[in-house]
Amino acid sequence: MWQWFHKLGSPRWFYHLSSKFLPWLALASVVLIVTGVVWGLAFAPQDARQGNSFRIIYIHVPASFLALAGYYVMAAAGAVGMIWKIKLADMVMVAAAPLGAALTFIALFTGAIWGKPTWGTYWIWDARITSMLVLLFLYIGIIALSRSFSTRETSARACAILALVGTVNIPIIYKSVDWWYTLHQPATIKLTGAPSMHPDMFKPLLVMILGFYCFYALVLLLNTRTEILQRERRTTWVKELAAGK
Amino acid sequence: MTSLGGAFFAVIQRDLSIAMRHRGDLLNPLFFFLIVVTLVPLGISPEPTRLAAMAPGMIWISALLATLLALDNLFQADFADGSLVQLMLSPEPLWLLVLAKIIAHWLVTGLPVVLFSPLLGMILSLPGAGFLPLLLGLALGTAVFSLLGAVGAALTVALHKGSVLLSLLVMPLYVPVLIFGTSAVQRAVDGMNYGGVMAILAAVAAFSLLLAPFAAAGALKVGING
Repeated sequence: MWQWFHKLGSPRWFYHLSSKFLPWLALASVVLIVTGVVWGLAFAPQDARQGNSFRIIYIHVPASFLALAGYYVMAAAGAVGMIWKIKLADMVMVAAAPLGAALTFIALFTGAIWGKPTWGTYWIWDARITSMLVLLFLYIGIIALSRSFSTRETSARACAILALVGTVNIPIIYKSVDWWYTLHQPATIKLTGAPSMHPDMFKPLLVMILGFYCFYALVLLLNTRTEILQRERRTTWVKELAAGK
Repeated sequence: MTSLGGAFFAVIQRDLSIAMRHRGDLLNPLFFFLIVVTLVPLGISPEPTRLAAMAPGMIWISALLATLLALDNLFQADFADGSLVQLMLSPEPLWLLVLAKIIAHWLVTGLPVVLFSPLLGMILSLPGAGFLPLLLGLALGTAVFSLLGAVGAALTVALHKGSVLLSLLVMPLYVPVLIFGTSAVQRAVDGMNYGGVMAILAAVAAFSLLLAPFAAAGALKVGING
């Protein structure tokens, strides 16, 4: 088991192994997302109150799921990299940060577009929206930190520490924002996500969520592979790869 | 054991005496705090009822910014003159020395802000019931600001222009403290019980006290190499 563990830590081994997964992940994400989009946008029934505008849920919800999950992926990779000194985990962490930030932004952006027809405003200080905004700030902090060191090794270590501190904080931030919102809840707008979705609406959503997970894994792998090549560019195996051998 | 405590108190004493010799640096965050709060009536309205409604939040936000401003000094000067590396090379556990530095830093930046806050509460016409929770909450809250901020300060110590980055890193982490701190004051003003909120704030402070020195010590080892 330990041998396997150390093998996984080798960027070169991982680079070659991951190239076998890439086509399958790409295929799975394309099939799932195309199916989900066509099903959700064209065939799922209209919402009784929101009409067609509810269909943005098929992008919004999967993006929000992965925005939060992405932070834990990043922090877990950072922890593994710090505890066992595995270079590969550091690279995964660095690769996960911009991806998570982009998904958080998509979640916020689609939420704002959805808010306009539904509540008549692009932005309200709702608990979930505010938490997402703070999450975006946490991501931005990590990206900013990772850009400011001259060596990639130090930058990954620094980001790992920050990500771990953030992870401890995230539940506290979420709880506190929730509590803050119940204190200041504006009475006019009631936010109930979708407590009882009709199965015909829910099934395409499930497909989209699965598709987004595959897509996330795919992009994370691609980002990590780029990071590997950049960091190991002076090793012989990367030079051989670049020479096309 | 005596040497452990000895090193701990020696660091506190050293940092305090350095701070006493640079009194200007000591006062700057305090004046910043005062000026920011002065801008509020000028920017919004001098009407006492409106000011009173905003006072808890404005005082807390200004206190947050004032401590953030001073955070840069926590490790920066010691890094520049090399004494920080000496601390790291010493046989004492680094987290203990970092904790000592944080405590000394809080004594010269956080504590004055806390003691100054009733005055600012007064000029923002904060109702009388709000003063005690403001003092208590700020005492706990600025301690958390210093503890969490130390992690960010340690990560950015070797970077040029690290101060803006530092605020970017730590401000999102300050969100819960700000929420609980302001609502403790608000509850007291509204005549409600604020003990529970204060207990949460104290729990956050205790939790940070437990973990932040370790994280900051780890961050320092990384930050110096950068």
